[in-house]
Amino acid sequence: MAVYSTNEFKSGLKVMLDGDPCAIIENEFVKPGKGQAFNRVRLRNLKTGRVWERTFKSGESIEGADVMDTELEFLYADDEFWHFMEATTFEQHTVDATAMGDTVQWLKGQEKCIVTLWNNVPLSVIAPNHVVLEVTETDPGIRGDTATGGVKPATLETGAVVKVPLFVEIGDLLKVDTRTSEYISRVKE
Amino acid sequence: MDDWRPHATLTTLRARARCLAVIRSFFGERGLLEVETPQLSIAAATDPALASLATRWPGPDGTARWLHTSPEFPMKRLLAAGSGDIWQLARVFRDGERGRRHHPEFTLLEWYRLGWDHHRLMDEVTDLVTKLLDGHTLAAVEKLTYREAFIAHAGLDPFIVEPGAWHAAVKRHDIDCTDLDDTDIDGWRDLLLTHVVEPHLGQGRLTLIHDYPASQAALARVRTGDPSLAERFELYWQGVELANGYHELTDAAEQRRRVEDDLVQRRELGLPEVLPDARFLAALDAGLPDCAGVALGVDRLLMLALGLPSLDDVLAFPIERA
Repeated sequence: MAVYSTNEFKSGLKVMLDGDPCAIIENEFVKPGKGQAFNRVRLRNLKTGRVWERTFKSGESIEGADVMDTELEFLYADDEFWHFMEATTFEQHTVDATAMGDTVQWLKGQEKCIVTLWNNVPLSVIAPNHVVLEVTETDPGIRGDTATGGVKPATLETGAVVKVPLFVEIGDLLKVDTRTSEYISRVKE
Repeated sequence: MDDWRPHATLTTLRARARCLAVIRSFFGERGLLEVETPQLSIAAATDPALASLATRWPGPDGTARWLHTSPEFPMKRLLAAGSGDIWQLARVFRDGERGRRHHPEFTLLEWYRLGWDHHRLMDEVTDLVTKLLDGHTLAAVEKLTYREAFIAHAGLDPFIVEPGAWHAAVKRHDIDCTDLDDTDIDGWRDLLLTHVVEPHLGQGRLTLIHDYPASQAALARVRTGDPSLAERFELYWQGVELANGYHELTDAAEQRRRVEDDLVQRRELGLPEVLPDARFLAALDAGLPDCAGVALGVDRLLMLALGLPSLDDVLAFPIERA
């Protein structure tokens, strides 16, 4: 695997730190008038999601992490795992609950997700930005109430709960932004 | 392709031109001689913290020439030759320095005052910078020793050499760094200086730090004592280091020792071998008059004066589109 010197650090670079794959979020070069230069780096641990700041002596090198983002289609879930497939090679990947994280609440099947693989093992899954899901539970709709701006919770078929306008009813199909968990619009079948 | 366009705005470039004009008239009025010295030299900076860029000169010897990291050595040769007070606006080059406040090529204002010490020069630096920051409200200048700055802002006496004290301070300030050896006290000092102390300096006023550890004397004379202190100073504004000055070392033998130490350190660190500047050392042998000198980063000052977030914002063409 490649080794990266501090002067190659930039946001997005994937490196190994304390045995875990990490992504550099931000890199700042600092140097006193005379003396030792440092790189102050904000990193995200790709296994745990933890973000922290680490300082390196400029000129030090660290090992790169074999991490890649790939688009996989979600097929189905069983008791233990979520199963994904690469559309061109039909290669399948199984993802555990830790790597799935909160993403599970948006998936019902056939969504194209970004799966981060480390040495070909899934680390995390990002749902499509927008999904369309059916409302399975919510208070009765207030017909025609499109003006008051009031909201109520609604449970979707995948279990996600989002805030929706008062006119939404059970059985409605909703377009939702998975990044913010926000309702966007009703969708006609 | 749109990267032929300047990065800095024309308004910024006009402010830059005004800043250079103020500098010219400041030194003109005070009677210092403006000089120009070579950017290319057969010698490179020996300071292990400075990396020189190399180029080639197809002259008779065909050997490498180094781009200067500062015009200090040739300016001191002029002083030794009897130039009197001199100043220069120089484009200087430093390899490996790239960031929000670093650019491998930048403008350094450097000047020397004969018969002055660092305290008198600090006053003149303050005069010039205050003039360049016309329109900014500044409280009275703050002058702290290196030790006072550390005690006030990092809660630690920087002359303690016991590694445990440094580990504790670094932990207390929530710094995660595992690259420094226990014996590298100057490394620990620089870590806390850049991460903890500097952000407090020059807030709402100019701050001058002076009396550095003797191990960080660079080219300043050292006052013997317990601890011995380097007659060196730095100027800060808004947490950013703007200038570095010395009551200059004039002792040729001591200068040779420091160059030798630099070369030993470079070897230990696996840094490129460089040729010390023999003509600079010869000038010291001939006699450098007692003087104080300072170098000020013009781009940084301009960046802060204009409230811009990055050094690139005051450069017509930063390195990536140069």
